[in-house]
Amino acid sequence: MSPSIPLQEMIRAIRSARTQCEERGVIQRECAAIRAQFRQVDNGGARSHNLAKLLYVHMLGYPAHFGQMECVRMIASPRYSEKRVGYLGAMMLLDEKQDASLLITNSIKNDLAHSNQYVQSLALCTLACMGSAEMCRDLAPEIDRLLRASNSYIKKKAALCAVHIVRKVHDLGELFAPAARSLLAEKNHGVLHGAVVLITQLCERNPEALERFRKTVPDLVQIMKGLVISGYSPEHDVAGISDPFLQVRILRLLRILGRHNETASDAMNDLLAQVATNTDSTKTVGNAVLYETVLTVLDIKSESGLRVLAVNILGRFLLNNDRNIRYIAMTSLQRIVGTDHNAVQRHRGTIVDCLKDQDASVNRALELSLALVSASNIRTMMKELAQAASGIFHAAERYAPSQRWHIDTILHVLTTAGGDVRDETVPNLIQLITNTSELHCYTVHKLYRALLTDISQPSLVQVACWCIGEYGDLLLKGECQETEPSQVTEDDALDALETVLQSHMSSPATRGFALTATMKLSTRITENVDRIRSIVSIYGSCMDVELQQRAVEYNALFRKYDHMRYLTSVLYVIGSNEEAVVSISVRCSLQVCDLLDLLGGSEEPLQPSTALGLPNSTSTAGGDLLDLLGGLELTPLAPGLTHAHTHTHTHTHTHTHTHTHTHTHTHTHTHTHTLVETEREPEVKNLTKTKLQTETSSLRIK
Amino acid sequence: MRFLLLFSRQGKLRLQKWFTPISEREKKKIIRDMTSMVLARQPRSCNFLHWKDLKIIYKRYASLYFCLAVDNQENELLALEVIHRYVELLDKYFGNVCELDIIFNFEKAYFILDEFLIGGEIQETSKQVVNRCIESSDMLQETMEEYMSKPAF
Repeated sequence: MSPSIPLQEMIRAIRSARTQCEERGVIQRECAAIRAQFRQVDNGGARSHNLAKLLYVHMLGYPAHFGQMECVRMIASPRYSEKRVGYLGAMMLLDEKQDASLLITNSIKNDLAHSNQYVQSLALCTLACMGSAEMCRDLAPEIDRLLRASNSYIKKKAALCAVHIVRKVHDLGELFAPAARSLLAEKNHGVLHGAVVLITQLCERNPEALERFRKTVPDLVQIMKGLVISGYSPEHDVAGISDPFLQVRILRLLRILGRHNETASDAMNDLLAQVATNTDSTKTVGNAVLYETVLTVLDIKSESGLRVLAVNILGRFLLNNDRNIRYIAMTSLQRIVGTDHNAVQRHRGTIVDCLKDQDASVNRALELSLALVSASNIRTMMKELAQAASGIFHAAERYAPSQRWHIDTILHVLTTAGGDVRDETVPNLIQLITNTSELHCYTVHKLYRALLTDISQPSLVQVACWCIGEYGDLLLKGECQETEPSQVTEDDALDALETVLQSHMSSPATRGFALTATMKLSTRITENVDRIRSIVSIYGSCMDVELQQRAVEYNALFRKYDHMRYLTSVLYVIGSNEEAVVSISVRCSLQVCDLLDLLGGSEEPLQPSTALGLPNSTSTAGGDLLDLLGGLELTPLAPGLTHAHTHTHTHTHTHTHTHTHTHTHTHTHTHTHTLVETEREPEVKNLTKTKLQTETSSLRIK
Repeated sequence: MRFLLLFSRQGKLRLQKWFTPISEREKKKIIRDMTSMVLARQPRSCNFLHWKDLKIIYKRYASLYFCLAVDNQENELLALEVIHRYVELLDKYFGNVCELDIIFNFEKAYFILDEFLIGGEIQETSKQVVNRCIESSDMLQETMEEYMSKPAF
């Protein structure tokens, strides 16, 4: 049998194991040694460190139940070091569900009466941690005795032990009530804190106890005043606040005592006002006290002036730089918006401003804002909400309960406040819609209908045009699960797009969207291709240069390479370089066509139905086409082609999911892939080094 | 408080303290949930989370995440202060505490925690008193060890 190694060496051995398998080997060896050691009757001083090793192994997730009896034995040992580890083991390995836990009841009883306070403390701590109802009933009288007659060190622990006992066995609350009352007269903060917690527990469980403890309100107010007014106390000071932990607990108890009771609430009004105004709110700790004060004020029967003060504190919290404080302000305001509506309304502006934040708290801000909307402020609210629209979009994106809700929300914002939405939201929305493939049908129908009603909102119109172009086939199919069925003919769709093209409200950018969509539809419809041709040719002589260039290129596709028109289905572009990329992509397609001509590829004209498949899956054929090109050396080609590469390269990472994009994806994919591969290697080598580095960095350096 | 967990950025558990009786399997599941939830958080997001019917307060100190679960009516800001107080106690004891200290002296970290919290509640609000008690306990252990002339722990 290998000799057991000291605890720290074992830890080192486990950590230096390079694989999970190796680690398991070390642990199995150690556990075997530990088991053997446990079986020996007396091992001298090695017993405690064996158990400690087992506890470490347990923390890593390995089974350690064979150590339970050893814990029981160690607790019974006269040596303090062994008791210490034994009790720790009991708290970690034994819980009330284990049979072995009952075995330590006697040891605990003995240790509660031990002459050394540190031994008593071990027993109290363990009982409060894992004492079962039975153990609690057994030992309650002992705890009560300790509550009355011992030093502060023991009293404070006994108080919290009593809290645990009351949680486990409600009836025993009666037993501790008198002792709890008298503890309030103590000066020691630890004892006071324990007493307040105990009284809180008793009041929460028992309405009768609550009645009786209401008489303590003046005493509590007195203690609190002492804390707030007192000068600097080095023992308890935290950033200028004297014992914030005790302050918060007292405030919480006052809340419980003052609820539904006028007299008690009156008695604490002055104090609460004093705390609310005098507490320094520059640090978190001050804000913690203020927060508790606000909660108390709002929950008891406080006078209106005090309530307004509380809501104003929350309003100030909303302006705080600290996200945490804004978050709790929001949750608190939400809770009271029903009862103190007017007070909360005053902070409406700040709340709406919080919508610009992109944290989870935005969700709350949105709910709160919507709760504040009323008939009188709807116009201004909508304007304010519109400005925060991008924040809404971000929040909706991250926290949407369902895809459909997400899209509905966005459409809703677009229709109500589309004019105020920033430009970059259009590409983001397009991406979102693309990624929600199961809702393409629903989305295109909704957007089409929105387009019919109103074409004044540019963002909405642009997204709608793009959708119709991209998913026109779904629109024309008619049935859609999520919405009411409607018959949209090819003429209807083209009418809508033409209206956009001809409207004086449409910006050049919007017209560009509409024209591209019209072109894309040519691959998705069967009857009205001529109409599309004529629309496109009209714009060949348009005043707008961009539109003209686009139209000319589309015309070329119609004339020269009719069968290649399907490649236009890949003309899906986003970003500010939209027009440039569109025309470059078109040029790219045209050059591809030229290339194929050179290769004699036109001997086998690609039939739309076979080689390119249905309009939905033109991509796969396009992919085949460009895989063909993949084998060729591309650099000698016209500059236009390489341009396309760099452009599509930058955009690939945002479009990995579109089916229409797979061809560009495969092309640039290999390029990006290797980049990642090579970067990964050195990272792995340095892992252990950096791991150690982070582990040695001090926790206090922020 | 319901439980307190300390784990590294790789999700390795460094300390676990449970204040209510929970089965081993349940504990493992909670640890998995907590580590995945907290490690997935963006660096500058709010330190508060909701999980089932509890509030989770977490804070990162160097390479360690401190994760505390409290009931719904507890004060989250104060919970942050509780975590900070524990870190301060560890720092005073170990002197510029780092994760390695907690790994190699995990039992000491538990002893310190047990002088600060009992049954999920704060037992002593003064830093100095807690430090003094830990020192005294250590002294007691050492003198006993010396007396018994056995190797120190």
